[in-house]
Amino acid sequence: MDFYFGLAQIIGVHTLLGLSAYVVLLTGQVSMAQAGFYAIGAYTPGAMTAMFGLHILPAIVIAGLVSAGIACIVGFPALRVKGLMLVVATLAFGEMVRLFFFNLTWQVERNGELVGPNGAEGFRAIRYFPQNGWEVWHVTVFIWIVVAVVMAALWWMDRSRAGAVLRAVGHDEIAAQSIGLNLTAVKVGAMTAGGFIAGLGGGIYAHTVTHIEHGVFGVLLATFAIAYPILGGLGTVFGTLIAVLFIQGFLIEGLRFMGDWRSLLFGALIVLAMNLRPTGLLGEHAPRMKHLLGLRGRKTETLESKEAN
Amino acid sequence: MLEIRDIKTTYGKIAALKGVSLDIREGGLTCLLGPNGAGKTTLIWTISGILKAQSGSMKLAGEELAGLKPHQIVEKGVVTVPENRLVFPEMTVKDNLIVGAFSRRKAKGGVEEDLESVLDRFPRLRERANQEAGTLSGGEQQMLAVGRALMARPKILLMDEPSTGLAPIIVEEIFEIIGKLRDEGRTIFLVEQNANLALDYADHFYLLEQGHVTFGGQPGEVDHDELIARAYLGARKAS
Repeated sequence: MDFYFGLAQIIGVHTLLGLSAYVVLLTGQVSMAQAGFYAIGAYTPGAMTAMFGLHILPAIVIAGLVSAGIACIVGFPALRVKGLMLVVATLAFGEMVRLFFFNLTWQVERNGELVGPNGAEGFRAIRYFPQNGWEVWHVTVFIWIVVAVVMAALWWMDRSRAGAVLRAVGHDEIAAQSIGLNLTAVKVGAMTAGGFIAGLGGGIYAHTVTHIEHGVFGVLLATFAIAYPILGGLGTVFGTLIAVLFIQGFLIEGLRFMGDWRSLLFGALIVLAMNLRPTGLLGEHAPRMKHLLGLRGRKTETLESKEAN
Repeated sequence: MLEIRDIKTTYGKIAALKGVSLDIREGGLTCLLGPNGAGKTTLIWTISGILKAQSGSMKLAGEELAGLKPHQIVEKGVVTVPENRLVFPEMTVKDNLIVGAFSRRKAKGGVEEDLESVLDRFPRLRERANQEAGTLSGGEQQMLAVGRALMARPKILLMDEPSTGLAPIIVEEIFEIIGKLRDEGRTIFLVEQNANLALDYADHFYLLEQGHVTFGGQPGEVDHDELIARAYLGARKAS
């Protein structure tokens, strides 16, 4: 049974990670920085609860706020680049964060033992849950309450005017500017919201695994973060959830019996899924990958639409 | 109402506007005619702030617009209906209109009323309010682009080639809409290639050739055919 709770926890935190990329992706930005925000969110509240004895709730909210603040700062320079250049810039930021934690050693003595990030060793003993008598299912329920709250908030945002504004910027920046949308505010706002959600996810992740180290927050995790909303589609927040279930639940856990062949099939199934559902599992009308990466100029697009008329 | 003085805009080393001056008068339709590559669209994007002018000034009722960001210019009341419509094809008609009101989010309220009045003005948009904009015909998309701009409560409406890519009969329909907007007393700046039709509606017009304004006057003052021939074919009257 614990295996299934554990799986549900992984799916929960990865859903938060995917949703953080989803918000940013709505504005047409492919961000590889989400793993970095997630890492910041993991180390910060880990430190709060393990090093300073804070309660878990304020700790993860602080994690979200710290990640959001840094995402906001990253958002401004990141605005100046688009498409593939943004991918490279955000990737560099993610690696910067990872290497920062690789080098960070900051330990305090607590109850007779040293706790805190210890460079390459990582940050051990983030034991808030076991220390406070939380059982595995308590933790799982807690995670899914957070996921449900975030999804409800994003669902509501999507249906409100804010969602239309984010999507407008994602679809056509020139058109968005011509009708008076403030690109800077919209993009940085989305980046900040994404940072907050990634921070929450990272904060919870740190407590479920009790030991975090820099290697986890690398390029692979950043790729997963952006793969969820792309595979799931940008139609609704549920696309991301379904993609996480598909990847973590089915492709990673469900195919474990295949041994080393799993990785091969994993790739093949993603290729198949993207071919059968090119705009994502849910959501027929998500911007295409090519469009997001800036590989297709706006001019060609208008020519196409002219022909369609 | 909008005084444009000696605007110069370049793309890299290529000068597209070489010192354009013109006036957009309040409560009328000012038209800018010119052949392909004259710089008409460049001027629209320069006024709307999406392209930066190298020099020159643009004063809206005495207030300088040059140097402002595109969203600030929309907040001042100068709103563009871009060439090729540029509606958001994957959003519903209603959402397209609602984002058009973004610039006046600080002044609360009135969005619902404006939405209703735009949908009253364009009954075909009302029928398709929950349909995706990409499924509309070209003419309907043009109506949507106009409606979206009206949602910002513009003081000046800049329209870039509303006839592009539309069938002649639809173009006439679009011009009737423009004529109606003018008759309501709105200030419109229309950029067009379709000179004959545009001159039927214009109160005042300018001719743009290779980045220079080469003529300004009222329709009827001169022989249109000669003018159009001059602008579009490069012919000069033999005299």
